Amino acid sequence: MKHQLTQSVLQYAGLLGVLLLLIAVFSLSSENFFQMQTLVTIANSNPDLIFVSVGMTMVLIVGGIDLSVGSVLALGSAVLGVLMVHYEWGLLAALPVCLLATGLCGLFNGMVSVWFSIPSFIVTLGMLEMARGGSKVLTDSQSLYIGRSIEGFGEPLQSISLSPAFLVAVGSVIVGQFLLTKTVFGRYLVAIGTNAEAVRMSGIRTAPITVAAFVISGVLVGMAALAQTSRLSTADPNAAIGLELAAIAACVIGGTSLMGGRGSVIASFIGVLIIAVLQSGLAQLGVEDATKQLITGAVIILAVLLDALRSRFGKSDA
Amino acid sequence: MSELLAVTGMTKRYGSVTVLRDVAFDLKAGEIHALLGANGAGKSTLCKMVAGLTDVSGGQMQLGGEPYAPADKPSAETAGVQIVQQELNLIPTLNVAENLLLTRLPSRFGIVQHGDLHRRARAALDRLGLSDIQTHTQVGRLGVGRQQMVEIATALDRQCRVLILDEPTAALSGSETERLFEQLFRLREQGVGMIYISHRLDEVKRIADRTTVLRDGKWVCTQPTREISTDDMVDLMSGGGTGMATKTASARCLGPADAPVLSVDSLTCGIVQDVSFAVRAGETFGITGLVGSGRTELLRAIFGADPADSGSVTVGNRDATRFSHPADAVVGGLAMVTEDRKQNGLLLDQSIRSNTAINSLAPFFSRCGVVLQQRERTAAQSMCEQMDTRCTGIEQIVGTLSGGNQQKVVVAKWLTRGADVFLFDEPTRGIDVAARRRIYEMIDALASQGKGIVIVSSDLEELFETCDRIAVLSAGRLVRTFDRSGWSEDAILQASFEAHRSDAART
Repeated sequence: MKHQLTQSVLQYAGLLGVLLLLIAVFSLSSENFFQMQTLVTIANSNPDLIFVSVGMTMVLIVGGIDLSVGSVLALGSAVLGVLMVHYEWGLLAALPVCLLATGLCGLFNGMVSVWFSIPSFIVTLGMLEMARGGSKVLTDSQSLYIGRSIEGFGEPLQSISLSPAFLVAVGSVIVGQFLLTKTVFGRYLVAIGTNAEAVRMSGIRTAPITVAAFVISGVLVGMAALAQTSRLSTADPNAAIGLELAAIAACVIGGTSLMGGRGSVIASFIGVLIIAVLQSGLAQLGVEDATKQLITGAVIILAVLLDALRSRFGKSDA
Repeated sequence: MSELLAVTGMTKRYGSVTVLRDVAFDLKAGEIHALLGANGAGKSTLCKMVAGLTDVSGGQMQLGGEPYAPADKPSAETAGVQIVQQELNLIPTLNVAENLLLTRLPSRFGIVQHGDLHRRARAALDRLGLSDIQTHTQVGRLGVGRQQMVEIATALDRQCRVLILDEPTAALSGSETERLFEQLFRLREQGVGMIYISHRLDEVKRIADRTTVLRDGKWVCTQPTREISTDDMVDLMSGGGTGMATKTASARCLGPADAPVLSVDSLTCGIVQDVSFAVRAGETFGITGLVGSGRTELLRAIFGADPADSGSVTVGNRDATRFSHPADAVVGGLAMVTEDRKQNGLLLDQSIRSNTAINSLAPFFSRCGVVLQQRERTAAQSMCEQMDTRCTGIEQIVGTLSGGNQQKVVVAKWLTRGADVFLFDEPTRGIDVAARRRIYEMIDALASQGKGIVIVSSDLEELFETCDRIAVLSAGRLVRTFDRSGWSEDAILQASFEAHRSDAART
């Protein structure tokens, strides 16, 4: 048991090291950075990316990819906006409809790609367009201001300064990691991502497992829609453009393989934090947006490069 | 006729295994020389060495009196040696003309000259009488037989002195075969030497001038074809040996014959036609046949990996059924150790533990969907010990194990899951003697527990050692079943060729 604990600490040591290094560098170069307030702000502004990255990790592990998350988030947000503004529903009534809508998008992605053996890259690319179009149809391409009734979820709690959205997002990381490492479902996900035919020939139905990964991704995108809509008080049909790339970047920085079969929800979570710290640290240094993009891109490549080198040396050790 | 190709002392080793030993062979200009042998006799290996597809472990080759040692396929082609292999080497997304002239596309400044390309391709096809194949057709859209013809046209179109054909007619219809033969006769008149591998003995009898027989990687004889009958050919391939049982296993109690643990009735699936057999509890039932006779296809159909078209499978006293997914088959009491462990038997990047437990997690090693890791580890550990798997521990990645130990993990997976009937497809292919011994012991132990065992193998020694009965498939049909007292290498080989001989009626 002790051995296992050491092992899992070691597993994340590299990533945590990078994260702490970033924090240290920014703290030295900007005296305002290393303050509780900065870190709390970073935490509270990223629950949406955390939710989405948890789902994305599962989809990537099973050997798929979900490019539609940003648009589906906008769709979920549009559903919340329309129900709460036009129909004056309460949040507790609107949220299940939002989760249902985004979950169905995931179900569609999964079923079409599994049943017709179409690469999920293509199916979710189509969904990316469809969901964006759908959110614009629903809102008539207008932003809908919702206001107080939705803000509670994204606002920091007085006692701990963290928002419920962040706490629930961290909860999803914990549940996601548990699913992945401790349950039969998680073991199947990894096995299918490694060699789907071998899993099938072992007498396991792979289709429902793969579809479930996409559904989980869809539902978590619904939670992300809630988090973002709550933070902005507004349902915006143009929200979250490019979010899929940020989520994939977070997963890849965390060491999840785009080929499937390898990944960790906690590592993706740390990946989100690395991206978030980098972004906000650079902003505090007064770096321009263009330069920020340049640096963020370089960090993603560097992270993957390190991972590739690590696994190469890992292999020669074995 | 002058000697065109002469090889002596040809030897091929893979590691410590010698698959071809000191074989001599010669080919004259204007001759069709048939190469015969049972599975694994070394025919394809010899041809691959001549065509530069595999390195030579020992021996000399001479082509047209000059020393010849091709480094790779292109250099063999430059020297005038062409090979048409059993498996198709066409690019399905390119059209017929592009495939035909792939290595020498007519071009000017790097731009393909389409008129020229299609003209030359047309001519090559017409020469084989393939006027119905359009040069613009994408190759992937052609049937297998037509693809084979395109492949042959490709080889015939290149200038060659030696043409090697490995089972060229396996996928061809009767009329296609006739047209191919006409071409071969034409080439013969032009002085091309041809090496012809086929399981169809009547074809060999008809077209080959001389016949060389290989057995167990060794040269047996070379004779003018007209001097030997197809019966002689089979005798020579099998060594006329009795191959009597060397079974070490103790006599077991078999279950009652009227209540078999597995019965397969009129199963039909693709090449597999109307196959029926029954296996009693405690019985080990072997299935053999030539490559392409439908052995693997039969097992896959039983297991539901490729759903059967008709017929039924009955396990124990359950209802007769036809499995449509391996998951159903496993629930129905079957287990299958697949032929290609890397392709569909193992999760190579994962641990021994994961691989051993993968299909036992849901039924045995979990509660409410949560994996009981201690139980999983214990089971994997005890399987490792039971199978004597050589590893650093159950967390070792399976891909880093030797072939024999990998196979033990596949077997361990199914032992952990448990079943009433175990299907083994080539259980010991490419693994060392010690691992092989261990797997035979496991099979024997399973049979003693009253399980039904089906083993598909092309290695007759293996079947003689492990089986109570051996069935022979020929062209998808189960043609004969032998029991211990009646089997011999010769009889089994005769039966294997049954569907490929016009004189099959007489035994």
